[in-house]
Amino acid sequence: MAQDGTVQNPTREHRIILRYADLPGYTPDIDCYLQHGGYEQLRKALSMEPAAIVAEVKASGLRGRGGAGFPTGTKWGFIDHAKNRKPVYLLCNADESEPGTFKDRQIIYKDPHQLIEGMIISSFANHAHLAYIYIRGEMARGAKILERALAEARAKNFLGTNILGSGYDLDIFVFRGAGAYICGEETGLIESLEGKRAYPRIKPPYFPAALGLYLCPTIVNNVETLCNVKHIVEMGGAAYARIGSTNNTGTRIWCVSGDVCRPGYFEYDGGAITMGELLYDVCGGIRNGNRLKALIPGGSSAKVLRAGEIYHIRRKNAAGAMEEIEMRLEDLPLDFDTIAASGSMSGSGGIIVMDHTRDMVECLDNLSAFYAHESCGQCTPCREGALWMRKVLDRMTGGKGRPEDPQLLLDLAGQIGGRTICAFGEACSWPVESFVAKFREEFESKAVAEEEKDRLQVTH
Amino acid sequence: MVGPEQPLLPGEEVPGPEFERKAEEIIGQYPASRRSASLPLLHLWQEEFGFLSERAVEWISTKLGLKPIHILELVTFYPMLHVRPSGRINFKVCRTLSCALAGSHELFAQIRARCGATVSAGHGICVSPDGSYSVEFVECLAACGSAPAMMVDEEEFERATIDTVERILAESGEKEASQGA
Ligand SMILES: Cc1cc2nc3c(=O)[nH]c(=O)nc-3n(C[C@H](O)[C@H](O)[C@H](O)COP(=O)(O)O)c2cc1C
Ligand code: SF4
Ligand code: FES
Repeated sequence: MAQDGTVQNPTREHRIILRYADLPGYTPDIDCYLQHGGYEQLRKALSMEPAAIVAEVKASGLRGRGGAGFPTGTKWGFIDHAKNRKPVYLLCNADESEPGTFKDRQIIYKDPHQLIEGMIISSFANHAHLAYIYIRGEMARGAKILERALAEARAKNFLGTNILGSGYDLDIFVFRGAGAYICGEETGLIESLEGKRAYPRIKPPYFPAALGLYLCPTIVNNVETLCNVKHIVEMGGAAYARIGSTNNTGTRIWCVSGDVCRPGYFEYDGGAITMGELLYDVCGGIRNGNRLKALIPGGSSAKVLRAGEIYHIRRKNAAGAMEEIEMRLEDLPLDFDTIAASGSMSGSGGIIVMDHTRDMVECLDNLSAFYAHESCGQCTPCREGALWMRKVLDRMTGGKGRPEDPQLLLDLAGQIGGRTICAFGEACSWPVESFVAKFREEFESKAVAEEEKDRLQVTH
Repeated sequence: MVGPEQPLLPGEEVPGPEFERKAEEIIGQYPASRRSASLPLLHLWQEEFGFLSERAVEWISTKLGLKPIHILELVTFYPMLHVRPSGRINFKVCRTLSCALAGSHELFAQIRARCGATVSAGHGICVSPDGSYSVEFVECLAACGSAPAMMVDEEEFERATIDTVERILAESGEKEASQGA
């Protein structure tokens, strides 16, 4: 039995967000949602002061699930409603394009009303009267499911004017992207929604809460983040904060793909399961009887972790004092802070596993092709660097590696991060830096092979 | 992201009253700025007419009170927008790491060979000479847990193999035969 007693659960998951998604017979229809307690939290929220909801979200410790892990309550607190005279917008980031990530899809396709309820509550809390769901273009079916769900919610007056007699007005519309990864970056998303190319905006301002859509205060949150808001209203911020561990509160959905026997998505309390348990107990271990070689813990932009590495994790112990402990990759508890302390990030929760038969140069080449294709092209270091790294890696995998290539890759990657408009610069250089640093011998061997080929040709 | 430019075709499409109605409904969703309706109208046009032409750029920009370049610059930026018709059946195969580890590149090559999709139609699409089939690589479709991921039009397929492709081709053949009869 699951901890929440709902579904058969051999994996010890604690499903809050995905509680109903995979329940047999559960449908995206509003009637099904209402039978499972749907929109009860909206009623409760509408009876509260918006500021009180923001306070609960702050108390919950909720951190954004889109990648950066920024505290949601803090973000919401940036808008000064006493001074603000402009309309406020709420945008749901449903672009889900970070390679390795497929969690928001589960919510959108299987439990769309949970997202909509979370969005209405969040809009109310932030004084927004118009909200958009920015969904990636490829999820055409997902967009239709959401549009239908929104129409159902409108018909029941969960949306529209004077929602449930509260005097509060809100509408939500779906906006479809068109295949560009950079639309997931929140200011790129806003530009795209304004009808332009998705060119991320120069910072500062660092948060769209200051200047966002149409230069108005705007809250951008991920799908999973907004769903959590509903549960925070239900249980209260303090109770929510007791789920998971300090600073890693609530549950998180981890997506596992690549070389494991049983890939999938799994929801656990923050820090409640280790990487080893997830890979071996839950996902059935490495497929085809192979061994683990490396994994990327938080979407393709996160730095790769190598099997056999030992991490020195500094953290607060129960007494509140700092301590440093040694951990193997398998021992890392899955949360924001420990994965960050291991030198990578838990980002979007997408874990990509590579077995010992994989060629790391080829894996990196695959990812570098993604970044070369997806750079929006505004900043020279990113546009040229991402393409150059891809060309070097293509050449290496094509059997034309040179001894200077590993250093060349590091030099290129080292000149992108910190010199660009958006964090895509880091996103495209971190994989290169970490793959080359941790598997340098493989990158060097590409050149050795070439020299041997030359020698063979000479002897012929 | 901006690929080698292919000039737009002039196009002779004439939007009907239903199209106009849908366009107005979409524009109504953006009360603060008509320009926000640009991408939604491009989607609408592409769904209706299959690709984006000079006519599309002209019609949408006029409708929204914009300069044509404001629409054209979207057409050349967003990978899902096409300036040539894709095949009657268009296979999108995920190129990115988790799917590559599950054999998506082999699948792509198999589809290309099976359908004879060899003619480039921009944005990486290859079309068969008679325009029946096309295949393109796309980036991570957010379905990595059931790799390789593939899409045909709006339909999504998990753990796709060449057998999946054969089934789709057979079904479309049957549909055509029954429609032709
Ligand atoms: C290159 C890039 C791509 C991103 N893609 C996504 C995405 O697909 N989905 C998402 O929710 N956030 C994405 N983000 C993060 C967003 O910019 C933003 O931080 C997030 O939507 C905020 O929501 P949260 O606080 O709820 O996490 C991306 C960021 C960058 C730099
Ligand atoms: S870092 Fe790259 S993706 Fe981000 S704005 Fe600059 S060019 Fe565009
Ligand atoms: S890598 Fe193919 S769907 Fe994510």
